Amino acid sequence: MIRTFSESEFLFIVSSARWTLLLTLLSLLLGGLLGFIVALARTSQLAPLRMLAAGWIGMIQGIPVLMLLFLSYYGLSMGGVDMPPIVAASVSMAIYASAYLGEIWRGSIQSVAWQQWEASAALAMSRAQQYRYVILPQAVRIAVAPTVGFIVQLVKNTSIVSIIGVVELARAGNLVNNATFAPFKVFGTVAAVYFIICWPISLLARRLEGKLNARRSG
Amino acid sequence: MNGFQFQFAPVFARSDVLLEGLWLTLQLSAIGITLGALLGILLAMLRGLAPRALRWPVDAYVELVRNTPFLVQLLIIFFGLPSIGVRLTAEQAAIGAIILNLGAYSTEIVRAGIESVHKSQIEAGLSLAMTRWQVFRHVVIAPALARVWPSLSSQFVLMMLSTSVCSFISVQELSGTAANVESDTFRSFEVYITVTAIYLALALLMRGLLTGLGMVLFPKGSGLGRMRTQSGR
Repeated sequence: MIRTFSESEFLFIVSSARWTLLLTLLSLLLGGLLGFIVALARTSQLAPLRMLAAGWIGMIQGIPVLMLLFLSYYGLSMGGVDMPPIVAASVSMAIYASAYLGEIWRGSIQSVAWQQWEASAALAMSRAQQYRYVILPQAVRIAVAPTVGFIVQLVKNTSIVSIIGVVELARAGNLVNNATFAPFKVFGTVAAVYFIICWPISLLARRLEGKLNARRSG
Repeated sequence: MNGFQFQFAPVFARSDVLLEGLWLTLQLSAIGITLGALLGILLAMLRGLAPRALRWPVDAYVELVRNTPFLVQLLIIFFGLPSIGVRLTAEQAAIGAIILNLGAYSTEIVRAGIESVHKSQIEAGLSLAMTRWQVFRHVVIAPALARVWPSLSSQFVLMMLSTSVCSFISVQELSGTAANVESDTFRSFEVYITVTAIYLALALLMRGLLTGLGMVLFPKGSGLGRMRTQSGR
């Protein structure tokens, strides 16, 4: 039975974008939390912590997202519990994000002038206070643009979780294509929805970057 | 967890299948990355030389590719082109998608390098009676490439890792053959741990090789090496 690509198919694809967005949000929150810990460990005064964090970043950045997904999917199900695919999907995307965000934020923390550490230490601040009141507020400003830029990568990579049956944009496109055999219309629509989500974020990242550079040189 | 025990033996017994997959991954990466990088350098040069009004086709291509997933690009090429009469094998579609994707990213990276060359450098070149082409070749492109080599290298490694997505359209590269071994042995976790380790080794090896290649292409004494280390901060 071949269906035609009509309004209902179009709406099905567009509405499946909510799963793409939800997945992005979940992995951003979870991965952000994990990435923050990675960044703190990476800039720690304790060498073993630094090495551990560097190892984590180097390892995750050398593994395809697809493999992270399969390892999460089969690893979690080994416990014998039937996990909904969205859980494995979020876990794998969070692990992926933690390495990249950890590295971005490490760079932001380290780009704060080192005298700031000394100055705040001279004011008898504890290490935690130095982070909280002096270093992080400055690092956050530097981190915003590349973090927003990374969200685009995150949105795009959620397409990979379609393989374990989460019906997000890419999977919805596949399902509709199998029923209608109108690949250009179907995947053109899918690509357009991704583009509508990602392009504004890309533009925002570029604007933020420009602003930061202008402020620095000014 | 009722006593899960790792059994790698059934997976290693099919290592010949996995090695075939690895070989295809290497081929896809080598061909796709070489041609994709060349396309990117070419387009960035074209964009640098073209009048402002003619830049938009290159910019549109870069933005379209960079804001849609590689998987969707792959599906459009694999399912879309045959529907207008262009017959493609899965491998050809995969290589096409890799070139298209990496081409856009490399264009963007090299463009940033070209724009980072200061105007006074170009004026200095012209005042030494160099032709416009000589200035472009020696004063603009070569230092630009040296400066962005680290970014290009990371993009190449990311692209190699992304070739795993080609298994979605039944390309029998490393992750495609992994799925076969998995359905033969039912040792899912062991198969994917093994294959993940292979990808990781490949990524580390590639990073090392690309850093070495950067030292050969942009040696320290040439003045280009200085730019390489400057950007490597």
